[in-house]
Amino acid sequence: MTSPVSAPVLSRRPSPVAAVANSFTLAWRSVLKIKTNPEDLFGLLLQPIMYLILFTYVFGGAISGGTHRYLQFSLPGILVLSVVFATMGTGMMLSQDIATGVFDRFRALPIVRWAPLAGAILGDLVRYVISIGITLGFGVVLGFRFQTSAAAVTAGCLLLVAFSFAMCWMSALLGVIVKSAQGVQLYGFLFMFPLVFGSNILTASNTMPGWLQAFVKVNPVTYLTDAERALLTGGPAATAVERSLLWAAGIFVVFAPLAVAAYRRRTA
Amino acid sequence: MEDVTNAIETHGLVKRFGKTTALAGVDLTARTGSVLGLLGPNGAGKTTAVRILATLLRPDAGSAAVCGHDVVRDAHRVRQLTGLTGQYASVDEGLSGTNNLIMIGRLLGVGRRAARARAAELLGRFELTDAAGRPAKTYSGGMRRRLDLAASLVGRPRVLYLDEPTTGLDPHSRNEVWAMIRGLVADGTTVLLTTQYLEEADQLAHDIAVIDRGSVIATGTPDELKASAGRQVLEVTPASRADLAATAELLERLIGTAPAVAVESGEVSVQVEGGKALREILRALDDQSIELAEFALRRASLDEVFLALTGHRPEAEAQPSAGRARAAGNVPERSPR
Repeated sequence: MTSPVSAPVLSRRPSPVAAVANSFTLAWRSVLKIKTNPEDLFGLLLQPIMYLILFTYVFGGAISGGTHRYLQFSLPGILVLSVVFATMGTGMMLSQDIATGVFDRFRALPIVRWAPLAGAILGDLVRYVISIGITLGFGVVLGFRFQTSAAAVTAGCLLLVAFSFAMCWMSALLGVIVKSAQGVQLYGFLFMFPLVFGSNILTASNTMPGWLQAFVKVNPVTYLTDAERALLTGGPAATAVERSLLWAAGIFVVFAPLAVAAYRRRTA
Repeated sequence: MEDVTNAIETHGLVKRFGKTTALAGVDLTARTGSVLGLLGPNGAGKTTAVRILATLLRPDAGSAAVCGHDVVRDAHRVRQLTGLTGQYASVDEGLSGTNNLIMIGRLLGVGRRAARARAAELLGRFELTDAAGRPAKTYSGGMRRRLDLAASLVGRPRVLYLDEPTTGLDPHSRNEVWAMIRGLVADGTTVLLTTQYLEEADQLAHDIAVIDRGSVIATGTPDELKASAGRQVLEVTPASRADLAATAELLERLIGTAPAVAVESGEVSVQVEGGKALREILRALDDQSIELAEFALRRASLDEVFLALTGHRPEAEAQPSAGRARAAGNVPERSPR
């Protein structure tokens, strides 16, 4: 073996360039984990397909009197659902890393403290893109047709990524606070089920009781779904897009600092 | 900083967790290029000390420096000099051995190709080449520990912390880890080794600090510790079990302390100061016509030193492999009493 290097040149603190490079290395790691973990990969690939098939064929006839018509309505909603659920991955991975000691290894290395957090979140953006791609691709196979321009569809995808980027900070907060990955999953679903299904993703809200309509009306998932419907199948998009972005910004502004603070405390 | 002689120095290190005092003013010194063994039972504060030195925890009081750099004020520099392997730092189970090491190389700013080459080199050295492409979660305990060790060496640290590196390993894997540690030390790496295995400290450490309930209660070389208070143990095994009681009585009369009698093995043992009473004891045994199967004087084991220092034995249940190790004959025989 080569001997320990004599008198290495030591830097006082990590450079910003190194910090960005470190974050990308750690993002590479989380993407690699998707590839090498079959359950994770199958979950990511099959969940959107499962949602599409189930919701389209179970509800289609009852709600819209036909699966094809329903798919045009439900696909944007299923897109939102898949991506919002995918944000749970961030928290589960963080929680697992902390529990197994992988984080301690990172923290003992000369890298900036926030690099593991940034890496986890950057890596998850890839998950969202995969999830969006599968949902759109399989939706088209089932008969979904885009009724707008390529630019609008691209904008729809970007909006989804932006929204899930904001949501994943909530997930990250949960991941840092809750002791186990199973705990993150439990609390995450307790929180996300009402958020996702208490919306207009699967049906129009006008048959719901008043209290629920009131909730649906302010639910960010509703705005996002409206925006996606407009961007993929046509209709006025501006207000819904604007509200979705505002919500995303709001979620980010509240939860990113909370997650970072909890992360700093947990890793202090 | 090049003329700093001690790789690790701590002064009055204090760490509290709520009402629990994990460290109550710990002074440690590791000479550059040596192995400092931090020996103590579970919960003694060993891991807390390592976590402070690895910049994972801040001390509540006192100071710690690695190669002259303060672990709090100069944490980034300390991280460039140190590697950590242990109970709490771990490899990524979802990644292959190769990718684990490449990731760390890349995080240390090594180029893609160089990181890959370094990973291959370390995997070869730790006999993991065959498993290099497999996810770490499929590794055995010994393989994982070796990968963990390899991971902490990617950056060629000058100071290596090994936090109970062989806990839970079978004797064979443990011997392998020992051999690797010896190799590193031969190359000039300073090692801080925590262990609850007395024989591990005895085998590897140049200096030992015995720690119990957050305080260092003894320091010295293994030999100094074993010779501390001039303790030696006299073991007498009469040829006939019938003479066991008489032998014990005689030893108590001549030495002044009640000896331990191991009925199953038919052995009487007692701590003695120096060897001057031996002739007298032999003569007295002869006078009473007690025939001897064995008459031996040996230095106290670290086990006994530890017992004498702390008043309790290192926790036996925390040494799952010790029994097997002895049965396999890998560990020098001790006489527990």
